[in-house]
Amino acid sequence: MQTLSVVMVHVLGSLINLDHPGHYINWGFIQISVANLVVICLMVVVFVLAILIPFHRPGGDR
Amino acid sequence: MTIDAETPVNASADLPEDAHQLTAKLRHAAVEALPPQKLMPDRQPAYVASWIYVFGILTVSALAVVILTGVVLAIFGPNWWHVSTVGLFVNSLHLWSTELFFFFMVVHLWGKFFMAAWRGRRRATWISGVLAFVISVAAAFTGYLSQQNYDSQWISTQAKDGINSTGAGAIMNVTNFGQMLMWHIVLLPLVVGILVGGHILLVRLRGVVPPFAPPDQLAIEVKQGVPADTAVSEVQS
Amino acid sequence: MSAATSTAHRKRRFKPDRDVGEWHGKYYPYDLIKEGIIAFVVVAILAVGLAVIFSSPDTKPVTVQSWSTSNPVDFAQTAVTELDGTSGTATYGPPYNSTTGSSQSIGPISPESWFGVHHPIDTATDYVINPLQTLPNTPEIQAAVAEYKAASPDQQAKWTAAYEKAVADATYSNGVLTVPKADYGPVGTVIAGLTSMARSGALDDALLSSNRFYGTDYTKPLLFIADGTYLADLGQADHLSGDQWGMMNGAGNWPGQAWLWLYTMWYQVPPFKTSSNADFQVWALMMLLTLILALVPFIPGLRSIPRWTRVYRLIWRQHYKDLAAGGAGGQGPGRGP
Repeated sequence: MQTLSVVMVHVLGSLINLDHPGHYINWGFIQISVANLVVICLMVVVFVLAILIPFHRPGGDR
Repeated sequence: MTIDAETPVNASADLPEDAHQLTAKLRHAAVEALPPQKLMPDRQPAYVASWIYVFGILTVSALAVVILTGVVLAIFGPNWWHVSTVGLFVNSLHLWSTELFFFFMVVHLWGKFFMAAWRGRRRATWISGVLAFVISVAAAFTGYLSQQNYDSQWISTQAKDGINSTGAGAIMNVTNFGQMLMWHIVLLPLVVGILVGGHILLVRLRGVVPPFAPPDQLAIEVKQGVPADTAVSEVQS
Repeated sequence: MSAATSTAHRKRRFKPDRDVGEWHGKYYPYDLIKEGIIAFVVVAILAVGLAVIFSSPDTKPVTVQSWSTSNPVDFAQTAVTELDGTSGTATYGPPYNSTTGSSQSIGPISPESWFGVHHPIDTATDYVINPLQTLPNTPEIQAAVAEYKAASPDQQAKWTAAYEKAVADATYSNGVLTVPKADYGPVGTVIAGLTSMARSGALDDALLSSNRFYGTDYTKPLLFIADGTYLADLGQADHLSGDQWGMMNGAGNWPGQAWLWLYTMWYQVPPFKTSSNADFQVWALMMLLTLILALVPFIPGLRSIPRWTRVYRLIWRQHYKDLAAGGAGGQGPGRGP
């Protein structure tokens, strides 16, 4: 039982601790957190990939 | 023709003499606008062949996870996630599914913009989408206010200035936890649900927007002000 | 003039940025429900993964007690401004009180003042006098409060002005707030009493519960705390201030609210950066931009951007390939579904 709760705490806690002062990037008047920049860049990458990666139609020609 | 009281008639008889009823009228209008094959189609036009098309359903799926985790948080109350490891985990699910919700929604917005998806009587679809976005931002905002921690304190004491400046602060008191929690779990999910539901029904009603004509035909459309097929037949005749 | 042309002339002009030709081409099987289930499972897995790896922040809230314990001098300095009505909250105007000239406006438009006071706060009474009067067995404090209340507004103003000047050099040690002597009458005892009450935790309760047991409205204690520098210092340290793009940022290293980028951006640039009406101006601008976004389908030029930028050629490249091959049909007389 104790082992189970220890495992639970590890799984339900966090593997990467984000709870310390954030890292920020300054560019002119722009100041953005690394976390937000990653999110925004990922969005652009995902958008581009969504358009470029071929989509094979299910069911084929009918 | 009248049916006497003795004759058994099933509930969905759809008899002509009942056509004046509000119920019958509403049902006829609904079925005419969205017959079952249109409401739940099993085919899509051949041009629906890009991964960008899945971002609408990804957004809805993220919203579903937000709501499901929100239900769990509601079951155990607003204090639970501060004192329980499982509660903190469910809160994390709720937060990350919200981040995913906005992520997918904005990619969906970009895709729909570049497809000019408002064309062909789809303006209400576009407008309901923009409204859903704006109300979702408000719903997320009231969520941040309901956390009962430092972030709620900071966000409320900062945001009050913006909201007060519009006069809305007379009603929307962001430092009032009780009010903001009720907006977050009752009012705003209701509005988001209605907007998203309406948005999806509109997509089913009008179908997925067809592509622009190919370049040569598009040029004729712009120049002549007629659809490509008419223009083509014009050129041929 | 052929029949097709005359028909076209009678109908309204076809605009490719607004109108669309009907699809007469092929349809393919597409299982929406299956797609929905897969999408849900994918999103659920992503959410679980992110939650397991990164968890979520839960920074402990500030209380009047933690503030006054951590920085009793700042508390005392704030408290006297609540008493003399010069604090941020006291001079805020609607919806908290009716200080004139404090509402934001754009020209003659000032909805903040039009809507008036809806959450009344009298800082002297609500933050100082009433809470102190709930304290039992404090004859010295009660006498000081009574003396202050009985004095004329002029006398009160003289005392609080003197105290404000003196408390700028105050110190705190061994549970005692030491303020340089000056002619501030009972105000010294009043503020020292309030500071002790705050440090004991009793002021948090008094501000929240005032006349009722179940409190869910934290407006009073929050505005009091926000009048001091403690809350703002913590915010500044965590990059959450308005002039640090703070609206977008999350706690620590967590992502925040990237979708608020445009809203917070305006606060970083002139004229909003230094405007005393910045909040209302930025809201008005954002409401306008949101309206424009919603009305893109109606705005010539703006609604042509998709056609001009040609990103659609990538999205629909399979369709254009099919058309060129003459196969799958398209908008035009052709094979039906």
